[in-house]
Amino acid sequence: MYDSAVDTALTVHRLHFAFTATFHYLFPQLTMGLAPLIVVCKLLALRRPSPALDEAARFLARIFGVTFVFGVVTGIPMEFQFGTNWARFSKFAGGVIGQTLAMEGMFAFFMESAFLGLFLFGEKRLSRRAHLATAFAVFFGSWLSGYFIVATDAWMQHPVGYTLMPNNMVQLTDFWALLLNPWAYWQYVHTMGGAAVTGAFACAALGAYYLLHGRHREVSGILLKVGIVAAAISCVWQIFPSGDNQGKLVAHHQPATLAAMEGLFHTPPAGAPMVLLGQPNTDEQRIDNVLEVPGVLSFLTYQRWNAEIKGVSSFPVDTRPDNIALLYYSYHVMVGLGTILLALVGLASWLWWRGRLLTTRPILWALMLSAPLPFIANTAGWTTAELGRQPWLVYGLLRTAQGTSHRVSAGNGLFSLLGFMGIYTVLAIVFVLLVTRVIARGPSDEHA
Amino acid sequence: MENIWFLVVALMLATYVVLDGFDLGVGALYKIVAPTADERSVVRRSIGPVWDANEVWLLAAGGTMYFAFPSLYAASFSGFYLPLMLVLWLLIGRALGLELRGYLPDTLAKEICDAVFTVSSALLAVVFGAALGNVVRGVPIDADGYFFLPLWTNFWPGEDAGVLDVYTVFCGVVALLALGTHGAHYLVLKTTEAVQSRARRVAVWGTRLLPVGTLASLAATLAVRPRVLDNFRAQPVGVLLPLLVVASLATMFWALHRRNEKLAFVASCSYLIAMLGGAAFALYPTLLTSVPFPERSLTVSNSATGGYAMRVGLTWWILGVLLVSVTFHFLYRSFRGKILPGADEHEHE
Repeated sequence: MYDSAVDTALTVHRLHFAFTATFHYLFPQLTMGLAPLIVVCKLLALRRPSPALDEAARFLARIFGVTFVFGVVTGIPMEFQFGTNWARFSKFAGGVIGQTLAMEGMFAFFMESAFLGLFLFGEKRLSRRAHLATAFAVFFGSWLSGYFIVATDAWMQHPVGYTLMPNNMVQLTDFWALLLNPWAYWQYVHTMGGAAVTGAFACAALGAYYLLHGRHREVSGILLKVGIVAAAISCVWQIFPSGDNQGKLVAHHQPATLAAMEGLFHTPPAGAPMVLLGQPNTDEQRIDNVLEVPGVLSFLTYQRWNAEIKGVSSFPVDTRPDNIALLYYSYHVMVGLGTILLALVGLASWLWWRGRLLTTRPILWALMLSAPLPFIANTAGWTTAELGRQPWLVYGLLRTAQGTSHRVSAGNGLFSLLGFMGIYTVLAIVFVLLVTRVIARGPSDEHA
Repeated sequence: MENIWFLVVALMLATYVVLDGFDLGVGALYKIVAPTADERSVVRRSIGPVWDANEVWLLAAGGTMYFAFPSLYAASFSGFYLPLMLVLWLLIGRALGLELRGYLPDTLAKEICDAVFTVSSALLAVVFGAALGNVVRGVPIDADGYFFLPLWTNFWPGEDAGVLDVYTVFCGVVALLALGTHGAHYLVLKTTEAVQSRARRVAVWGTRLLPVGTLASLAATLAVRPRVLDNFRAQPVGVLLPLLVVASLATMFWALHRRNEKLAFVASCSYLIAMLGGAAFALYPTLLTSVPFPERSLTVSNSATGGYAMRVGLTWWILGVLLVSVTFHFLYRSFRGKILPGADEHEHE
């Protein structure tokens, strides 16, 4: 009975963090993705003054402004939850990751919050260059904030620069090892690439929407083209080099995770296939209805078609990820959507090159409707990373079950989880209402 | 080294209280000092560009506390689980009420925003005061260094007290009084005409009540924790802090009387700093008091992180705080002067 109560509390704390983090990250991925596009529009306008470019930047900034508020208010609970729901983890790891979390506050949050107002409302009062500088500061601040958070997560995935003390807490021994963790590098560029995909497709979708309506032709053409260029670069970047290298890190340091996310239950005799479709059957330890390409996984990981890749069953039970089915699905959803998005943006680029982009309505429809897909892909990517880390909270050092706030009972955790669910439902509705309004009003045609 | 970090965290929290304190106070007074739509716009604009940056001090102080004293962060955040969830919801409500108002066309929606903003501002002031009350009163830390407090039990500050008891609620009320007065001084400084004269009336009353509240909270604290003055006996130099409280209150009266708006606000800042400084001085080296087992208290030395981390941290912290100072200087400079009614607001309509 006692054990089941502890299990329930563990589930509640995990859901608590998963739910609030998933909801939170819908907003920053859009703001971090839009910020560089706004800077690009303003830079282009500086080189070649154009009222339509200015208005495109202004319009994106309005979407950015609404989204940013939601990102801030849903972000504050994340920092709190390290202590409220994961107290034993905080005590264990605070000596190391306290660094990156505190640095995020001192270096990134202040910059973002101070320059955001100037950027959103200061265009009339500031010179062109000064206003561009505030846009850049907001962009830089939000991407810097991303680095500190990813470095924190990277340490949990691949702990470095620490020593384990007799009191079972870790202490930092090498500051630069923590900040320059190789895992952090690839995870950061992959994460930021993912945010860029979200921003780029949102931008292109807005352009496509107005073009389909026949509204704001000049501004929407800019939105569409800026979006497509950014989408093409970031989609390729997500596969190579960032996704490829991230995958290799997982293969080398978290081999059980690689096996589980690829749906590789048993070590294949010669060369591991890449599973494209199929449902993991964890009872029978196989993939049902499987569609796979032989040897590809071995080749992608080790550049040899018959290289051995260990299956899940070759790892001790207590070191395997605890939700193989969901891990498998999130990884495949991420890769599948990434492939679809790349194909779509490739087709759009080809039509653009042939001069038919603005007149081919089906591609405009497809671009417009694809706007939600990057959000799903990013969410699935984070789910892959964090489920893949299980059963560890800090890989190889601390198990997830040992990191909770053991004094916070399942009932109290459920109380706040339900509270957050209610509040976030309201937030989601308000956000959709507000963004719909901004989109309905659209860019100003007078280019005031 | 850990003493430096105690000072750093205390300073950051004090900065938070002084800065976000005025916009929480302004929020609490929002409906009282500004009955008409134009006046409310003035009040909102008086904190509009700065409140978010002010609030970052809470996150930065929290992050720094996590970094320097991980055991304290772990114990207090999980122990005060329920009130902290409340704080989170209030912070969310307050930010959305203030920031989304301009995007909403409907007057009823704007009214909801106003109500959420002002109620959550006032409640946050009360909760923060109650939180300080809890730290002073003490919590039942177990042998592993953790605790969990219910929101309330019998409302009495005994061994099985909850987060809210008569003492901590009283601390919350005094905090609301102090921050309300602080916000009123700020509004007197930043506004004109009717809003200013209403804010001045609040400031005058607040300044009259503050000495009473201050003395009463001292008396209540002595009743709950008789040994709270030990540090002042051992190190008489600490008496400077209560003296600064008295001097700040006197200056506030005098400045109000002479209509020296800036001096009154500065005195209110120094009052808050001196009050918090006095509390920190009285608690040191304890970070979180344990009752009934004082030996389980979390102290500066038993909660601090490793020496190397603290040394490296100091390097980037000094760099960071310099950058933040420059940023804040720039932010407040570009926002100096009075807020005039009718000037263009950042409404999105």
